[in-house]
Amino acid sequence: MIEFFQHVVNGISVGSTYALIALGYTMVFGILQLINFAHGEVFMLGAFIGMYSSRYFGFGEHPSLWALLAILALAMVGCAIMGFLIERLAYRPLRRSPRINVLITAVGVSLFLQFSGQLLFGSDPKFFPQVFQPSGDWTLGGVRFNPLQVIVFCISIVLMAILQTIIFRTRLGRAMRAVSFNHDLASLMGIPTNAVISYTFMLGSALAGAAGVLVGLIYPKIEPLMGTMPGLKAFVAAVLGGIGNVTGAVVGALTLGLAEAFVVAYYAPTFRDALAFIILILILLFKPTGLFGTRRTEKV
Amino acid sequence: MSQFPLTHPGGAHGFVAAWKWLAALALVWILQFTLVGDLDPYFFTILMYAGINVVLAVSLNLVNGFTGQFSMGHAGFMSIGGYTAAFITLFLAEREPALLQGMSGELVFIGVLLLGGIVAGAAGYLVGLPSLRLKGDYLAIVTLGFGEIIRVVILNVNAIGGARGLPNIPALSSFGWVFSWVVFTTFVVWRLVNSSHGREFLSVREDEIAAEAMGVNTTRAKVRAFVIGAFFAGVAGGLFAHYLRYLNPQTFDFNRSFEIIIMVVLGGMGSISGSIFAAVFLTFIREALRYLKDSGITQLDYRMVIYALMLIVLMLTRPNGIFGTREIGDLLPARLRRGRLPQGRAEGIIR
Repeated sequence: MIEFFQHVVNGISVGSTYALIALGYTMVFGILQLINFAHGEVFMLGAFIGMYSSRYFGFGEHPSLWALLAILALAMVGCAIMGFLIERLAYRPLRRSPRINVLITAVGVSLFLQFSGQLLFGSDPKFFPQVFQPSGDWTLGGVRFNPLQVIVFCISIVLMAILQTIIFRTRLGRAMRAVSFNHDLASLMGIPTNAVISYTFMLGSALAGAAGVLVGLIYPKIEPLMGTMPGLKAFVAAVLGGIGNVTGAVVGALTLGLAEAFVVAYYAPTFRDALAFIILILILLFKPTGLFGTRRTEKV
Repeated sequence: MSQFPLTHPGGAHGFVAAWKWLAALALVWILQFTLVGDLDPYFFTILMYAGINVVLAVSLNLVNGFTGQFSMGHAGFMSIGGYTAAFITLFLAEREPALLQGMSGELVFIGVLLLGGIVAGAAGYLVGLPSLRLKGDYLAIVTLGFGEIIRVVILNVNAIGGARGLPNIPALSSFGWVFSWVVFTTFVVWRLVNSSHGREFLSVREDEIAAEAMGVNTTRAKVRAFVIGAFFAGVAGGLFAHYLRYLNPQTFDFNRSFEIIIMVVLGGMGSISGSIFAAVFLTFIREALRYLKDSGITQLDYRMVIYALMLIVLMLTRPNGIFGTREIGDLLPARLRRGRLPQGRAEGIIR
């Protein structure tokens, strides 16, 4: 039983990082109906910004919680800028193009970031500095908690709560919901849709950047291709929860994290990466709207 | 007589239409028995890869270009076909080596290629049906994931070599076979998109809702296009396996799929001539870039960066690619275009 709870803890900690990435996917999809393939690469850039900034400030030698929060903030700002640039340079000019063109561009941006990342950072894995190193493990009723996992989970929860507040309690959030509901109508009501879309990309990218730092903290080996798999899995999580639905993304991501932890523990570790796609195919077969999604009627 | 022929570019039917294709096929085999032996081996290798890439690009164009669905797993289907075909010929080479000699070898080769294609097509059906039932871009993600899964599965199955790969595959691919398949693939896709089935594909691309309203079974049309595309990818995999004589799961990673996608996009989604041109062009460019790297002018592999940038810039500045939806024949002066509609093809409604 203790072992079971151990897997639950591991699953939730992985799931919470998926959730941070999935939120960006689901927000962008909600507002533009676009699968932003480059999102996983923004996550990768977050990890690299975190690594280089903590090297620059020498946080590796003086680990503290403040150091962690500082590089977290830097990575989030850096990724928000990246998200803004990606949207502005690659997606906005295609706002009126056929969907397949935007999709191809998204794939192009994703690969461009991956491979220029390889040129820039080198393709060998880099070590993410230990900016925060709590000592010892915490135990609760026999279940071991790695303090890092707890910190990562707490930070994720805080960020998600902030996002929830922004979406449902601010004017910007209301504008975002309006644009995702009906783009043209929102624009007629005087909402600056382009600015709102930019903000959405920035918010989502900032969360992905935070996820990059947090993942770097738990698995301190980072490389330019690290974003692909978590990116795809986060997308699956978003579809599982009902794409376009913010709560759904979080629930879907935690479910996926748990499912992966159990597959690794009780079945075969090699199936870890295949699981996400099996879930995706099952979801598309049996409940394409996901757990929380609502059916959108097609309008001509 | 109606003023416009009902079938668009092909014009004539039956044998009259087929003679050009048969002539092309004959030319391939004449070349095989005369010229090919004297070619520079390096040039010959590039030529073979160009041919295989044409099969891949033209078949992917059927899905990505003509039907407007975005598949990113063509290399996955290629690997299924390649491994299936190679597994059978290796089995035969061990049990009945005499069967692979001479004329019976050629027949066996055709058989395993078709079988590889059918297995790949079946896999395409399984992958395509759940994702193509829905509107939206789920196919992209599912095929991407599928490509990865296939690779992981092959890596973990010892019977087909796992990570070591599958060596010593009999060398059955010849210039004649590769380019016969080039002609055949082009023929099938060309005749298909100019038939009423093909019109269904095009209607799905142009407007899925309108197509549905006109009574087109959109799911069936999409799945058909996808399965046919997967079939030819499987055949191309078989041709590739029996030319290189060695298969390795790493050969069929996502970069391979991406190369085929860029061929289709560069040539023009919805243009067969464009795909052929881009496939040949990019195969040669690839060698030029390899030369750049090997000769020490640059140490880094810029190929993928260039491809990715090319894709973005193409989409931003010339989303129709080089040919758009036109074919090479459309570039001829009007008086040479017999029995053709004056530019009747819809130029992708931009919305």
